Amino acid sequence: MEAAVTQNQDPAKTLLEVNNIEVIYNHVILVLKGVSLKVAEGGITALLGGNGAGKTTTLKAVSNLLHSERGEVTKGSISYRGDAVAGLDPADMVKRGVIQVMEGRHCFEHLTVEENLMTGAYTRGDGRGAVAADLEKVYTYFPRLKERRTSQAGYTSGGEQQMCAIGRALMSRPETILLDEPSMGLAPQLVEEIFGIVRDLNEKEGVSFLLAEQNTNVALRFAHYGYILESGRVVMDGPAAELRENPDVKEFYLGVSEEGRKSFRDVRSYRRRKRWLS
Amino acid sequence: MPEQFLFATEVVLNGLMAGVLYALVALGFVLIYKASGIFNYAQGVMALFAALTLVGIMDGQVPFSHLINAIFGTEIHHFGWHVPALLAILLTIGVMVVLAWAVQRFIFRHLVNQEPILLFMATIGLAYFLEGVGDLMWGSDIKKLDVGLPQGINDWIDVTTFEAFGYGFFIDNLDISATIVAIILVGALIAFSQYTKQGRALRAVADDHQAALSVGISLNFIWILVWSIAGFVALVAGIMWGAKSGVQFSLSLIALKALPVLMLGGFTSIPGAIVGGLIIGVGEKLFEFLIGPMVGGATENWFAYVLALIFLVFRPQGLFGEKIIERV
Repeated sequence: MEAAVTQNQDPAKTLLEVNNIEVIYNHVILVLKGVSLKVAEGGITALLGGNGAGKTTTLKAVSNLLHSERGEVTKGSISYRGDAVAGLDPADMVKRGVIQVMEGRHCFEHLTVEENLMTGAYTRGDGRGAVAADLEKVYTYFPRLKERRTSQAGYTSGGEQQMCAIGRALMSRPETILLDEPSMGLAPQLVEEIFGIVRDLNEKEGVSFLLAEQNTNVALRFAHYGYILESGRVVMDGPAAELRENPDVKEFYLGVSEEGRKSFRDVRSYRRRKRWLS
Repeated sequence: MPEQFLFATEVVLNGLMAGVLYALVALGFVLIYKASGIFNYAQGVMALFAALTLVGIMDGQVPFSHLINAIFGTEIHHFGWHVPALLAILLTIGVMVVLAWAVQRFIFRHLVNQEPILLFMATIGLAYFLEGVGDLMWGSDIKKLDVGLPQGINDWIDVTTFEAFGYGFFIDNLDISATIVAIILVGALIAFSQYTKQGRALRAVADDHQAALSVGISLNFIWILVWSIAGFVALVAGIMWGAKSGVQFSLSLIALKALPVLMLGGFTSIPGAIVGGLIIGVGEKLFEFLIGPMVGGATENWFAYVLALIFLVFRPQGLFGEKIIERV
């Protein structure tokens, strides 16, 4: 975490670059059809879109978790700090500072909260002292986890599990966290709390985030830059503030238009309208 | 009546000792099943293979001697040395680790994310392959295994109980040492999985493969580790059974005795494997003693399976089967 702070002088520097990738599952199912994006150092980049748009697949392509699900990147390239990511395994990525927090939390249910956090430090070799110090740091960001440190993670609430999953990722001293759908199944108040902590981590610890999220409204309030994905393609991108004001985004993702709030029946996908317009 | 009671007590004690050996075999199954979801049919053959290797190394047998002699027309069978038991055990552990690596590298690495039934079939293949390799490597004759564990009736127990009750209990020294070794082994395993980094990683993998991958735990390494530990447990079981009844190919069938133990104790629980083993051990001895004479004996062959069937009906997850934590 500290390493990232010192390198945080040039905010425009690109950490992660995804260049026109295509992903195929099981040799037949084409999920991503040419996705390109950049993650700036020290920023929060949001990846938006509906179900099945390819957000999770994009994140897994970066963290190299695709392989264990029989998926592979067949075209294009991904580079992190200029080095090609292809051929590295997830452990290598974690050692390089890229860690994914998966959709649906995925805590180790039968381990205690503290043991869960400690597994995050698996790849580290910098001694017990440093790990213990980071554990305390995680507890200062997530005081609730400290209260529940000895409970089995499977018995904690959804919000606590999400905190546990993020805290576990922090224990690896990451430079970039790939955060998949942190708002899933959580009450709006908790979503705010978790996004607030994400912003804190970004500002105080200098951790960069690539955030996949269906909740466009919240994501665009906290992110600096956004990409909108549909059916495996990037259909729009821009600074978060601009996306928020964009009439199409407003209409199709935020559910507001000039005529006021729309019913779900009228909401069409962005891409279809684009085609119709052009 | 008191005499009958004393007989029964002796039967129970002997049942407990036999149960320890069942538990040891079942333990190997549980370890692999917990960490990788693979039901390892080859666990019994691994015990046989480990025992064969141990005897082979101790006696200075030349591995694959029949094959070598057949091809080159030579007549070599022995190196002509004897390796001390402890060193031979260490070497055998090395062989089991290599085996674990090979199993992972050549079989299960290619079956990532496949159906459990496919993985199970692969272990059946492995069982037959390993049995064949064991045969080819060390020969198929029955061998005597003696690693220096005390054998025979324990005189002290015999004399003490005779003085106390007027009836001396017959308990084999080998069973006593098996129990002690098993207790140490289980203690070490629990300490390893609770208090070490790799142990924690192992439990993490058992809970959630994907999440373990995502925090940078190498599944490949953990699975090699688990198969190595299972190989070690198989070696211990092989030593105990081998010392008791000689190293022969029927040793691989003890795996079948472990199945009812697992159904009783639950496939995912280490304490379950132990308690299940003890229940089966005591149960079958006691049943034979009490009910056996009424039905013409030989109940030991089927008692365990009937008990397991009853458990499957009333408590399919076993006594200690993992409670499935489900949040809505």
